[in-house]
Amino acid sequence: MKSLTNRSKVVSNKKMTFWERIYFPAILNGMGITFGHLFRRKTTVQYPEVKREFSDIYRGRHVLKRDDEGRERCTSCGLCAVACPAEAITMVSAERKPGEEHLYREEKYSAVYEIDMLRCIFCGDCEEACPKEAIFLTTELVKADYQRENFIYGKDVLVEPADPAKRIDVSKRQTPEVIEFKKDKRYKHNR
Amino acid sequence: MRGLTTKKMKVTIDNIPVEVEDGTTILQAARKIGGKVVPPAMCYYSKLKGSGGKCRTCLVKVSQGSAKDPRPMPKLVASCSTPVQDGMVVQNLTSPEVVEARKGIVEFLLLNHPLDCPVCDQAGECDLQDLSFGYGMEETATEDDRREFPMTDIGENIKLHMNRCILCYRCVYAADQLTDKRLHGVLYRGDVSEIGTFIRNAVTNEFSGNMIDVCPVGALTDKTFRFKSRVWFLKPMNAHRECARCAGKTVAWMFGNEIYRVTGRKDQFGEVEEFICNECRFEKKDAGDWVIEGPRHISRQSVISANHYEEMTEPSVIDPIAGKMEKDE
Repeated sequence: MKSLTNRSKVVSNKKMTFWERIYFPAILNGMGITFGHLFRRKTTVQYPEVKREFSDIYRGRHVLKRDDEGRERCTSCGLCAVACPAEAITMVSAERKPGEEHLYREEKYSAVYEIDMLRCIFCGDCEEACPKEAIFLTTELVKADYQRENFIYGKDVLVEPADPAKRIDVSKRQTPEVIEFKKDKRYKHNR
Repeated sequence: MRGLTTKKMKVTIDNIPVEVEDGTTILQAARKIGGKVVPPAMCYYSKLKGSGGKCRTCLVKVSQGSAKDPRPMPKLVASCSTPVQDGMVVQNLTSPEVVEARKGIVEFLLLNHPLDCPVCDQAGECDLQDLSFGYGMEETATEDDRREFPMTDIGENIKLHMNRCILCYRCVYAADQLTDKRLHGVLYRGDVSEIGTFIRNAVTNEFSGNMIDVCPVGALTDKTFRFKSRVWFLKPMNAHRECARCAGKTVAWMFGNEIYRVTGRKDQFGEVEEFICNECRFEKKDAGDWVIEGPRHISRQSVISANHYEEMTEPSVIDPIAGKMEKDE
């Protein structure tokens, strides 16, 4: 039958010559290739000492951002959860009480916000869907663990620290259009 | 005279002819055809007498007044309150003028409507959201502040967000016509008008909860469902129970075996089929109270249809090139 590709080779079973039969030149040839690799550029790094450079938009574990005043941005709208193809996100909303204005930006906030990191496929759709710029993926990795329960990350892990020095910078993940939109004074939240 | 009233009127809407009774409005004639021909309506509600004519969302172009007088009407007309005439030719989506006007109407409606959809409980089933998605622009022309009001409670179970109100008057008509004694109405005039209860009187009528269902936006919301969940995480199920006051035919919005909220059954035009009483709506939240009939049909275009699957009796795409999916609601 005619092959589908034109790459097939006809194998011959011709009798080997003396030089071929002693295998010595072939071994030397093979060793040459092996030692030649010593002088090539290395493709591996010495991991704990050397770490690979991450892309600015690497999709690692999530962070729930706070705004400039340290209030949680997430308003528990559920768009990340409906956008999530792996259904990894669950949340329980609560209403902000008077006196909690310094903690939550909107009148509704998520009392419970959980991401199952074993389900998450790190596609970044939640980041895309978020209307409040609350959830972002970071360059951090999800740590290995022995217990499955420990992979369900709650708000204690996900919400970034309130201390301005320890905030996670996500400015490189935002497109110029987004940054321009954030300056538009026609929108009340930018004033 | 009787012979005249039963005379059928022949109307053409977006090149589709339809025969309707005398006295039918253009909107009702369009609804008889169905599909994309139907102009959207924010204030008109077929079950509430006197509603309509306020929001101007349903504006259409009448390019031929009638068979006897074929001149076009000078301006766009509100289809919800304009009766048809024999031989009338109406343009809805086929007229660029109408689409442009509707864009402007959406902008007007959104002038004072806050963009708090992520917080609002109505998001996902909001008429204004659908309308602005369909016709609106992303930009706004004004830099003025939106008007703001404090949140108020109307009675025990209803929350009023006056910020979100578009003054469609549907709830006022509902309270007027469904309950024996209206306790709320629109106060003040023009730009500063607002929905209010007379001296903060609680609305305690047995059918007052229907104001939530008729509200096209999230101005009136169910306090028993407030921030409980988002509508697209819930499964709408047809349910019924024996009720002394109403028909007891409702939609139970379920999450697993829990009922999160109960609403009336809405038809394809977003109007409830039968109004339900407050007991059914607010107090019966236990799955044992209801006979669950089965999942409701959800429009493919709705966000609520995410992750909800329906059994289909026939393939929905018969000829993909002809775009039969367009008709599939």
